Amino acid sequence: MLELTKEQNMLVKMVRSFSQREIAPRAEELDRTGAFPAEIVQKMAELGLLGLNVPREFGGAGLGEVDKVLAVTEVAQACSSTAELFAVQLLVNGIIAAHGTREQKQRYLGMTCRQGKLGAFALTEPGAGSDAGGLQTTAVEDGDSYVLNGSKCFISNLGPQEGDYAIVIAVTDRAKKTHGGMTAFLVDRDTPGFQVGKLEDKMGIRSAAVSELILEDCRVGKEQILGKVGRGFQIAMSGLDSGRIGIAAQACGEAQAALDAAVSYAKQRLQFGRPISAQQGIQWYLAEMATKLEAAKLLTIKAAALRDRGEPSGMNASMAKFFAGETANEVAAKALQIHGGYGYMKDYAIERIYRDARILTIYEGTSEVQKIVIAKELLK
Amino acid sequence: MNILVCVKQVPDTTEIKIDPVRNTLIREGVPSIVNPFDGYALEAAARIKDKDPEVKIVVLSMGPEQAKAALRDCLAAAADKAYLISDRAFGGSDTLATSYILSNAVRRVEEMEGKFNLIFCGKQAIDGDTAQVGPELAEHLDYPQVTYALEAEVDGSCVKVKKEVEEGAEIIEANLPCVVTFTKPAWEPRYPTIRRKLDAKRAEIPTLTAVQLSDIDLTRAGLKGSPTKVKRTFVPQKKKSGVTIRESSNHASAMKLFQLLSDASVI
Repeated sequence: MLELTKEQNMLVKMVRSFSQREIAPRAEELDRTGAFPAEIVQKMAELGLLGLNVPREFGGAGLGEVDKVLAVTEVAQACSSTAELFAVQLLVNGIIAAHGTREQKQRYLGMTCRQGKLGAFALTEPGAGSDAGGLQTTAVEDGDSYVLNGSKCFISNLGPQEGDYAIVIAVTDRAKKTHGGMTAFLVDRDTPGFQVGKLEDKMGIRSAAVSELILEDCRVGKEQILGKVGRGFQIAMSGLDSGRIGIAAQACGEAQAALDAAVSYAKQRLQFGRPISAQQGIQWYLAEMATKLEAAKLLTIKAAALRDRGEPSGMNASMAKFFAGETANEVAAKALQIHGGYGYMKDYAIERIYRDARILTIYEGTSEVQKIVIAKELLK
Repeated sequence: MNILVCVKQVPDTTEIKIDPVRNTLIREGVPSIVNPFDGYALEAAARIKDKDPEVKIVVLSMGPEQAKAALRDCLAAAADKAYLISDRAFGGSDTLATSYILSNAVRRVEEMEGKFNLIFCGKQAIDGDTAQVGPELAEHLDYPQVTYALEAEVDGSCVKVKKEVEEGAEIIEANLPCVVTFTKPAWEPRYPTIRRKLDAKRAEIPTLTAVQLSDIDLTRAGLKGSPTKVKRTFVPQKKKSGVTIRESSNHASAMKLFQLLSDASVI
């Protein structure tokens, strides 16, 4: 598990060179303008990155969870916003690959691999965040279709122009709640009644598109049901395991970028006649940051490797997400501290990385939710 | 439609090191790449394939076993099949011997892959810089040739080539089969996809040795078969740095330049 294969080393090299050449030079501008990196998404599709985990027969590279971790980490070192949209797309790909019909896979996965079309995962609602069981969005059967009504919030890969389809989790039988009461639907953006609401103005990951989604008498055919009726909650939860590993990988990449910035700054910055890296206080900071980052990476790779082997990975995914998210925040904060006053200014990348890292302990399950998952596993 | 692209693995550096005894290139310890002009030739072939997916692109290289890395890069970028020509008997070949061996290999590969309608090469390799192998290959095969190409387009039984000339560009039409050598166009070659790169890593690349290329007259190959003899190699002396003229006004600068040139009796 600790040693990467030749193919994985090659993948890392490839994604690193692409990310540093095509994405990193634009990270500052993307943060400043908040513009969605549409051209980068196209290039990622051409390279085969966007379809990294899509089976080969549907146009993807057919790679696994560990490969995903390596790729997301590399992209996150270059730009957190791009890493976020990438991690979300890989989550969506994974859910469709696992639960979709052949036709659904051909259509949606093919669209992503060939044309760089993006999908969203619409679970969260204003009243149902950590408590995903409290969904209000309904889907009512009507002849050979379902009619969806409700609103979703904080939906990634959805914006005024961004996002081509969404996996929507809706209540089909309120009495059954999470045990058979929810169903997943694939809904195209151009379906009447599918309305993209407010684009969120965020603290960090500013060029990732995150919006409200309003479903108003949105009618979809039964062929748009993803998986079976009543399996929506289970599909969402199994997807979240993989999503958490993706966000943990993003956290590792951001922490790495923060650590690299801190090391390089500490070697250059002269105070009291020598570089601040000669101060033991700074050295201890750096050593702690590097050690925690290494631990976060190992937790993340382990969770991914378990998933690749088909073993239970829920608790490990939560441990990785919890630890990597917290570590990224801690490392970014320390890295900013090492930069001193300059780190507080927008001239240095660490100011952006610090803001970008903040979401990592919140979305895809807060740190507190991850601890609930871990504890539940321990106490069962 | 079959396109053969001939490629060479070259050192990725402008600092070429020469073996002082053998007067040949030192390859050890220098990172290797596909000769950039050959990369443009491959991209030109890939663009023809973009329009017609039936096109098959085969890459061919001559060199040591490690040149397979360059062929794998070509497979990752656009090629469908790759062959390496490698034999001690071919070592030390100059451009004439190399193009002779290549022309024989073309016929041998055609037995396996079908006849090539087009043969693309880079205009020259960035290490040797002779620009001879492509044209010589066309002569050995008795094919028409177009050099310094920027773009190529297949039109029925002809190829239409946009060719760089000093005054701009010419469009040349040639009958197939034809050899075309490429220079640097306005575009950059595509990134290999992750999937192609993985496949390329596992691809089997057949090696053609003197045994498989049995029609080759070995007296025309390798050091023996090479009329080019390297007498001496040396590092050219660095040119003196130029004179910068930056007077207070453009007019004064022009006057100073005129004065300098006329003092030197240039004008």
